[in-house]
Parts: sequence; C-alpha cells; structure tokens
Amino acid sequence: MNSIFNFLVILLILLNFRLISSSRLMPCIHVLVIQALILSGVAWMTHQGHMSLHLYFMLVVNVFLKAAVLPWMLTRVVQKNIISRELDPLVGYSPSLIIGVVLLGISVMISRPLSLSHTLIEDLFLPVSLFTLFSGLFMIIARKKAITQVLGYMVMENGIYTFGVAMAIHEPLIVELSVLLDVFVAVLIMGVAIFHISREFNHIDTDRLSVLRDL
Amino acid sequence: MRFTIFFHVIAAFILSPMIPGIINKVKAFFAGRKGKPVLQMYYDLAKLVQKGAVYSRTTTWIFQISPLVTAAVGIIGVMLVPLGNTPGLLAFSGDYILLVYLFGVSRFFTVLAALDTGSPFEGMGASREVQFALLAEPALLLGLCALSALSGETSMNTMVISLQAGTRPVLACAIFIVLLAENARIPFDDPTTHLELTMVHEVMILDHSGPDLALIEYGSALKLWAYGSLTASLIVPQGILSPWASLGAGFVALLFVTVTVGVIESIMARLRLIRIPQLLVGATILSLISLILIIR
Repeated sequence: MNSIFNFLVILLILLNFRLISSSRLMPCIHVLVIQALILSGVAWMTHQGHMSLHLYFMLVVNVFLKAAVLPWMLTRVVQKNIISRELDPLVGYSPSLIIGVVLLGISVMISRPLSLSHTLIEDLFLPVSLFTLFSGLFMIIARKKAITQVLGYMVMENGIYTFGVAMAIHEPLIVELSVLLDVFVAVLIMGVAIFHISREFNHIDTDRLSVLRDL
Repeated sequence: MRFTIFFHVIAAFILSPMIPGIINKVKAFFAGRKGKPVLQMYYDLAKLVQKGAVYSRTTTWIFQISPLVTAAVGIIGVMLVPLGNTPGLLAFSGDYILLVYLFGVSRFFTVLAALDTGSPFEGMGASREVQFALLAEPALLLGLCALSALSGETSMNTMVISLQAGTRPVLACAIFIVLLAENARIPFDDPTTHLELTMVHEVMILDHSGPDLALIEYGSALKLWAYGSLTASLIVPQGILSPWASLGAGFVALLFVTVTVGVIESIMARLRLIRIPQLLVGATILSLISLILIIR
C-alpha cells in the first residue's frame, strides 16, 4: 500500500517534468489526463477508511471533468487551430528542466517546517502538491502560446487539489466544487477565446497580443 | 561467498563480448533477420589478435598506449562493480568515485589518441564525445551520490544492497540513460554505421588496427558489462540472501538490461545531435530528483 502510494507520488513528479520539458501539445494533454487519474486514485487511497457520499461524488465529478471533458475541449481547440507544438518558448526546454528541479528543491524546503501529523499521508505529499502548483505557475510564465498557458493553469489547479487532499480531511464540498466549476468555466471561456483569437489574428501568441489596438 | 565474487569477475572476462552479440540478435529478431551469431565478437577478436598493427608516422606513443588504457580500465571497472547482491572484487569506501573517473581516464586517452592521428574527422568525433561525456558524467555521479546518501555508505557494494524500493526505478532509469550514452548506443550514437553525420565513438577508433583494435573492442565490451551490472544491481530485489541465488538473479537482470538495450535500438532512431544534450540533462534531472527525494 505504502509503496504504491510512493510510486504514484513519484510518478506525479515525473509527469510534471514531462509537462515542463515537452514542446508538443497533445502529449501534454495526455499527461494532464494521467495526472487527474492519479490524483483521484491518491485521494481515494488517503480517504479509504472513511469515504463519505460526498467524497465519492467529488471523485466522480473530478474524474469526469478533468480526465474527460476538459481534455476533450482542449483537444478540439488544438485540432481546430492546427497547432501541434509550442515553438518559441520564453525559457528553453533544458533550462526549464533545471528550473523545475530548483522548484522541487524549494518546495521540499518550504514544506519541511509544515507538519501534517493529523493525516495519514506521507511527508512526500505536501512538497509534491507545492511543486505541482509551482510548475503550473512556471508554465504560465514561461510559455508564449495561450493554449500552453491554459495547460499551466490546469496543472496549477491540480496542485491546489493535491494540497487540499493533503491538508484537509473533510474538505467542504461547496469549496471544492466551486473551484472545479471555476476551472471548467475558465477553460471553456479560454478555449472559445483562443479559437476566436486565432481565427481573427492567425496566431495565438500572447506576446503579440499586447500590441493590439484599434485603428 | 568469496567464490561467487571471483565467479562474477571471471564470468565478466569471458562473457562480456557476448553482450553486443545478444543486442545484435535482439535487433535482428525485431527486423525479421537471422542476424550475426551471438559469438561474433569472439571471432572478430580472434581475427584481430592474429593480425599486425599498422601505425601512421604522424602518431606518437599516446596512440599506442590508449588501447591498453581502455582495456585496463575495463578490467578494473568490472572488478569494482557489484552484480545483484554480490559485492565487487575490489571494495573500499569511495570506490564509486574511482569508477566514474576511471572511465573518465579511458575516455581521455581515447580522445587524445583520436587527436593524435591529426585527422579532422577523428577530431570531430572527439569533440562530440567530450561534449556528451560532459553531460553524462554529472548524471552518473549524482545518481551514485544519491545511492550513497540513501544508504549512508560510500562503497558501491553496500549501498546497492541497502537501497529502498521507491527510488530504485528512478535511479535505474538515470543510470540506464548514462549507459546508453557512455557506451555509444543508439539514441546517442549508432555503432553500426560509418557515416560522417552519425558517428561519435566509432570515428575515434578508425585508425586503430589489429591487436590494438581488439583491445579497444574488448575494453568497451567490459565497460558495457560494468554499466550493465550497475543498472542490473538496481533492478534486482533485495532480500535474496543465498550468494549463488543472488548472483543468478544478477545475471538474469543483466540479461534483461541487455535485451532492453536491444529493444530500444530497434524501436528508436538515433536522436538529432542537438536533442542529445536534452536527454542527458533529463538523466541528470532524474538523478537530482532521487537525490532530493532522499535527503528531504
């Protein structure tokens, strides 16, 4: 049980590195699907002894939204805009990897003084949730294409969800649902917006959007 | 107990030329060919030993000494590395640093010999080899440091044995990538071609002939064995106490590593030169992750 848990958490770290270092968009979306499944599995494993009805509900909604609906929407955006890869990131891919390791080190360091004695969870869990959050943030900062930034946003949400699983035994249903709804709406709106932007301007490069103006 | 250690070293001396043969067989199987015999390298070595060596007049003693260094380093490397839970023949604290830098010395001499010929083609190979080695070395050293930090030991034998399960696969992946890079295997270098664009390691030994070439080939087979058994030691589960059983498990794991190399060579193309550093940085990152996870 414990070793499976450790394996999943380490897999989560490696998936984050895959996201940071990959230039292709479809594999990134697949990574997001796997991450959502792993997170749900981990949440189920940590709360196994005392699963209540609303936790089950949360898990089902989580899997349905993050592993099915959102990836499907993102895939559609990718296919409609005929983009397959992020070509000129602000930070290159090898430097991104190195920055990722630094972020992992930082999240391990800042989570050391925080103790989680009241939960069943391994001490690896908090650093990993922080690292997921940071790597999502880093993706938003370091990539130019709007769609990669949306992916970063979703990774960040995954991090917040992991943090919630780690910190709260009984997380309020309403809070978690509203966060999920936020993400859903955000991705929906961003998907539509990206589609329209690329149809109007023939690109979705956010750097060039800042110089837009009326005639 | 001591006998199994000797058995490992002797088996390495005798069987290591078979490893490239097995890799070739796996590749032939994937391509639907019959392939070279598994023992092909023995025939090659026997043929080369019977010939005389030809030396260019522009070369110096460095060119003649480098095959000897390669073979000697291979022999010592095999003695240092444990296989499964069987310790290596030479074991002392800090031996992993010696292992890394022994292979560094061998590479140094190979590069020097390549430059010694004065051929620009070999110089290009030397430049690439050094560039990749620069990136592969931290991955290996950090991986071994992670092992050392985890076990609190500084000798490879004890640290491989006292390793917990969680970080084993990550470390094994990192060291496996280093194995592919250091032994001129496919994502990094194609050992079968003689094209200017693809060659890294092969190009540096083009001017060696006869017994010198045999020494180099034998040394690189031993090096492959050493890296392979280091990777295999990370795969073998702990808790096999009987020495013969653990040695057997080690051999099975080594065979598994060899077949994996063959499979990777069959299903992958060689990476573009500019993509190679990224993969090696990836290996370093894997080592770093396991180090961070261990000392958290």
